[in-house]
Amino acid sequence: MRLRFTLLFACLLSATAGGGEIPLSERRSGYELMSRETQKIQDDDATNPGTLWVLDGEALWSTKSGAANRSCADCHGDARQSMKGVAARYPAFDAVRGKLLNLGQRIDACHVERQKAPRFAYESKELLALEAYVARQSRGLPIAPKIDAKTNPFLEAGRKAFHRRQGQLNLSCSQCHDDNWGKKLAGSVIPQAHPTGYPIYRLEWQNLGSLERRLRNCVFGIRAQVPEFGADEFVALELYLMWRARGMKIEAPAVRP
Amino acid sequence: MARAVVTVPPQARRGEIVEIKTLAQHTMETGFRRTQTGELIPRDIIHSFRCTYNGTEVYRVELHPAIAANPLIAFTTVATESGTLQFQWAGDNGYTVTEIAPIKVE
Amino acid sequence: MRTTRRQFLILTASTALPATATAQIDPNMIANRKAAFQAALKRVVGDAKVTHGRVKLTLPPLIDNGNSVPLSVVVESPMTDADHVKAIHVLTEKNPLPDVVSVALGPRAGRATFATRVRLADTQTVTAIAQTSDDAFWSDTAEVVVTLSACLEDGLI
Repeated sequence: MRLRFTLLFACLLSATAGGGEIPLSERRSGYELMSRETQKIQDDDATNPGTLWVLDGEALWSTKSGAANRSCADCHGDARQSMKGVAARYPAFDAVRGKLLNLGQRIDACHVERQKAPRFAYESKELLALEAYVARQSRGLPIAPKIDAKTNPFLEAGRKAFHRRQGQLNLSCSQCHDDNWGKKLAGSVIPQAHPTGYPIYRLEWQNLGSLERRLRNCVFGIRAQVPEFGADEFVALELYLMWRARGMKIEAPAVRP
Repeated sequence: MARAVVTVPPQARRGEIVEIKTLAQHTMETGFRRTQTGELIPRDIIHSFRCTYNGTEVYRVELHPAIAANPLIAFTTVATESGTLQFQWAGDNGYTVTEIAPIKVE
Repeated sequence: MRTTRRQFLILTASTALPATATAQIDPNMIANRKAAFQAALKRVVGDAKVTHGRVKLTLPPLIDNGNSVPLSVVVESPMTDADHVKAIHVLTEKNPLPDVVSVALGPRAGRATFATRVRLADTQTVTAIAQTSDDAFWSDTAEVVVTLSACLEDGLI
């Protein structure tokens, strides 16, 4: 009886933390859990709806904007060179602000400070187009966020958030995505949750969207309070997710169910 | 802004059947969805697609709300002669988009 | 207090009356959509006979998301002036509208083929009909299983 109680208690304890991390060699992109038909949509730029946003982003890149009447190209030149590898190392620490910024926030910061233009709305077509275009330049490159003394606190905050039970369903990210990936949740296969393809064209949205939007969906799904767009806790979680996916190849813009 | 993108092989042999893939950026609002307060969101879709080859219609599609957002239309055409392929999309609320692609046939 | 038969009838009658109750689900939905499918089929083929064959309708048997299902149709045909496919239609029996797409083509197409992505409201049978130049009708059907997403959210959260 006492042994059974101890075992049960031990199970509950480990269940609270959400189990261990997925061994590096066992990590799989959400791509591998999709049907062959959906994979084909992603593989072919001619059928991948994300292409529409990449092309929009390419046009915006060279469009002069804001009171400064500058285009991204005026400072950054050809994105195919200057933006190579950028999406693979975001979120990154911004020394001026003293905080972590994700790619969308970084693009918006440039838009406001350098182009002297008003802020992009979250999930706006223009911001997503630029994100898609920038992220596209890192396609095929390994995810490699910079973890050092500056970013380590954010990584730890993100790790804690990933393992924290929350919401009415009292679930942590880890319980589904570390312990039960590959299994079915109401007809959908649970992925390992690696942000290899963002911004993604999500079939459920029938639209392109950011990692932040996807995280908000998850948080809503477990009936937890969804923070405001741009919340620091999400950016820290994004860093943890990118670190967790280190070495995996960027697929942007990916297609997901 | 890229309203549509077409993928056509730039050149082909005479008589060869070439694959064409087109993507149009459009929400394809069905007219069956409702807002949070219950109001019906009106239909707003692309309803027609037409491909002409040097002015001659070679393919025509009538789309309904059941076509997914950002519609893909993929089809084939015979490479008869060099010239221009023109693609036209028409939809509700005066939506109209035209894209052209050259094709070299030897 | 038990409701008398009279009270019950008055109660049910009053709830059945408002014709402007817009957001209620039609209790005859399945039957109505089946009827709409039959009407659409009649519109396409008239009184002609439809033969199962020559058409290959391809849909994934279990889909990732009902919002966007890859669909392709290929029809066996020499696509000559004398013998070709002049129209392809796709219909459903459980979507709010039975028509999905109609294609008008001819010998210039080279191959009687079409591919797109469609929305499917429920697990159902999808029908593809091809009309050949001799005004014969050929068809194929495909069964698709459609499940809802695990964590549904409405609109941009």
